Amino acid sequence: MITIKNLHASIDGKEILRGLNLTVNAGEIHAIMGPNGAGKSTLASVLAGRDTYEITAGEVDFEGTDLLSLSTEDRAREGLFLAFQYPVEIPGVSNVNFLRTAINEIRAYKGEESLSAKDFMILVREKSALVELDSKLASRSVNEGFSGGEKKRNEIFQMAMLAPKLAILDETDSGLDIDALRIVAKGVNQLKSPDNAAIVITHYQRLLDYIVPDFVHVLYKGQIVKTGGKELALELEEKGYDWIKDAHPTV
Amino acid sequence: MANYTEENLAEELENQEYKFGFVTPIDADTIPIGLSEDVIRLISTKKEEPLWLLEHRLHAYNVWKTMEEPNWAHVHYKKPDFQNIAYYSAPKQSKKYESWDDVDPEMKATMAKLGISMEEQQRLTGVAVDFVMDSVSVATSFKEKLGELGIIFCSFSEAVQNHPDLVRKYMGTVIPTTDNYYAALNNAVFTDGSFCYIPKGVRCPMELSTYFRINAGGTGQFERTLVVADEGSYVSYLEGCTAPQRDENQLHAAVVELITLDNAEIKYSTVQNWYPGNKEGIGGIFNFVTKRGICHTNSKISWTQVETGSAVTWKYPSCILKGDHSIGEFYSVAVTNNYQQADTGTKMIHLGKNTKSTIISKGISAGKSQNSYRGLVQIHKSAKNARNFSQCDSLLMSSECGAHTFPYIECKNSTAKIEHEATTSKIGEDQLFYCKQRGISEEKAIGLIVNGYCKEVLNQLPMEFAVEAQKLLTISLEGSVG
Repeated sequence: MITIKNLHASIDGKEILRGLNLTVNAGEIHAIMGPNGAGKSTLASVLAGRDTYEITAGEVDFEGTDLLSLSTEDRAREGLFLAFQYPVEIPGVSNVNFLRTAINEIRAYKGEESLSAKDFMILVREKSALVELDSKLASRSVNEGFSGGEKKRNEIFQMAMLAPKLAILDETDSGLDIDALRIVAKGVNQLKSPDNAAIVITHYQRLLDYIVPDFVHVLYKGQIVKTGGKELALELEEKGYDWIKDAHPTV
Repeated sequence: MANYTEENLAEELENQEYKFGFVTPIDADTIPIGLSEDVIRLISTKKEEPLWLLEHRLHAYNVWKTMEEPNWAHVHYKKPDFQNIAYYSAPKQSKKYESWDDVDPEMKATMAKLGISMEEQQRLTGVAVDFVMDSVSVATSFKEKLGELGIIFCSFSEAVQNHPDLVRKYMGTVIPTTDNYYAALNNAVFTDGSFCYIPKGVRCPMELSTYFRINAGGTGQFERTLVVADEGSYVSYLEGCTAPQRDENQLHAAVVELITLDNAEIKYSTVQNWYPGNKEGIGGIFNFVTKRGICHTNSKISWTQVETGSAVTWKYPSCILKGDHSIGEFYSVAVTNNYQQADTGTKMIHLGKNTKSTIISKGISAGKSQNSYRGLVQIHKSAKNARNFSQCDSLLMSSECGAHTFPYIECKNSTAKIEHEATTSKIGEDQLFYCKQRGISEEKAIGLIVNGYCKEVLNQLPMEFAVEAQKLLTISLEGSVG
C-alpha cells in the first residue's frame, strides 16, 4: 500500500529522517517505536504533508501515486489519515459540520455525489457508538472543551467516518487512561480490514496489547534499524532501547 | 457615463470577483455637481416636497456649513470634495408605475443581476422588497398585504407625501440635525430611503428588506430611513447593499432612525458589501453612516451587521435605552482586506432602570487593512440596575493588518454590572493543517473557521441573509491567510 524509500527530511536545517525505508501492505498493522527524538512524529508529519519539513531525498509511493508531490488535502483525499498526537481545537465549527465538509470534499474529489444529510447522520450515529462518543459531543465545536481522552476518541471517530486506506496513529495512546485506551483500541480494531492498513506510532508496549501489530519497527536517529514481530515490542519493554542504540552507534 | 466595458472589468478583477461590479446604462436625470442652497431647493422641488421639509433641509445645510469634519477616527482617507458630488440622480421616469409590468426593463435586468427577481420574491419568500436605485425607490410590492394590517412600508419620499404627520412626528427625534457633520449633511441633501411604521400590537408577518445601489459615477448616496414600531409591535428589517465598481470614491452618508415604543421590538439586520476598492486601495465607497435607535419602556432594538465592503467604514449603530426594562443589542462582523479601513462599533446609552445591553463584535482583518472597534457603554445616574455584556474579538489573517479596540465605559450609577471580554487571535497554521489533513481545501477551511468565529453574530441574521453573509465572508477572505 505504501512504500517509503530512502526518505530524508529536515527541519530548520537539521536532518531528522535520514534514509528511512518502510513498506506496508494492505491488511497490515505496523507499529513504530523508538526513543525520543528518533523522528517518529516527524515521519507522521512528513507523510501527512506538513510543509514545515523539507524533503531532501527519497520517494514515497502510496497506492501507485507519488505521495510527496501531492498537497496535504489531496493526500487525505487519496485515503491517508493522521490521528494527531495533539488534536487542535476549532471553536465555532461543529464536529458534525467539520466532518460533513470533509466527507463531501473527499467524495467530490473521487467524482462521487455528496452524502445526503440523512445518510450522514446515520453514519454519525453508527460510528460514534464505535468509540462510545456521546452524540452530544458530535454537535459541539471540534475538540473544544474535550478532555484528553475525548480528543483521542474523536480522532478515531473521524477515522471511522472517513474510512481511510492508511491510518497513521501518532502516539494515540499518550495521555489516555486504561479505559480510554481500551475504547480507542477497540475502535481501531473494528475498523481493520484486508483493504486498509495502519501505522501505529507509540512509546509504550501497552497499546500493542490491544492493537496487535503484524510488524514492529524501531526508529532510531531517523532510520528504521530493527524490524520484528510483536515480540519485539515486549523485548523493548523489558530491555529499553540501549541495546538498540549500542548496536547502531554510527547511525 | 457608462464607460466600463466588460474588458475593463475583467482587467481590474483580482482573486476576489466583485460580482456586482457593473453599471446599468439607464438614462439618469442627474443635476450638476456642487452643493448650495439652490441645489437643495432643486432637490426639494424635484421631489415635490412640502415647505416644512425644505425648511428642515435649509436649516440643516446652514448648520452643516458651521461644522467641521471630524477626524478622530482611526481611519485615513482623502477628504471628499463636497462640491464635486452630484446630489441627485433619478432614473428617468415619466410616471409612477402601479404595477410591476410598468417598470423599466433595464431596471428589471439590473435587479435580476443582483439576484432579486420580484416575481420570485412574491411567490416564494414572502419578503416585501422596496428597491432603491440611485436615490429613487422603484417599486414596492406587498404594499397591499401590509396595508391590510395597517403596516406602512414605502419609500421615504412617498411617506413624506402620504404620511407627513408620522414623518414629521418622528424624523429627527433620534438623531438631531446637529448630531454630527455627516448627519447634518444628510439632513440637507437626503434623497430617499425607507419608511416603515408598524401599528400598535401588530407583528409584521414578513421580513422587510431594501436593496441599495449607487449607479452613476460621482453620485453620493444620502439615504434616510425611519422605522417606527408602535406599542407592542414587532418588525424584522433587512438592509443589504451592493454597488458597482467605480474609480472615484463615492460617499455614502446615510441616517437611520429606529423608534420602539412601549413593549415593541425592532430587529434591524444589515449585510453590506459596497465596493471596497481594488487590491492597491484605489477607489471604493466611503460608508459614513449614523444609525441610532431609541427604546421606550420594555422595548428592544437589535442591530446585526455584517460589513465586508467599503474602502472606509465609519459607523456606530447605537441604542438609547430610555425606557425602563429596555434592551439594546449589537452584533457585528466587520471584515477588512487589502487596504480597507473600518472604525465601527456601538454606543449603548442606559437612561432608564433595569436596562440591558449586549455587544458582540467580531473583527476580521486581512491584507494590509486596519480594523477598529470603538464602543461606548454609558450608564447615566438615573440608570439603576443596568446590565451590559460586551465581547469584542479580533481575528488577524495576515502579518500586515491591524486590529484595534477602543472600548469606553462611563458609569455614573454604582448598581450597574458591566462585563467586558476581548480576545485577539490568528487563524492557526495548526488549525488549517488539521482541516487539510481531513481533505478540506484551504479556502474551505478558512471559510469554516471564519464562519465558526462569527457564528454568534451570523445566528442573529434572518436565514436568507445568513446564507448570503456566509458566502460573502468566504469570498472577502479568499487568499488572505499569510
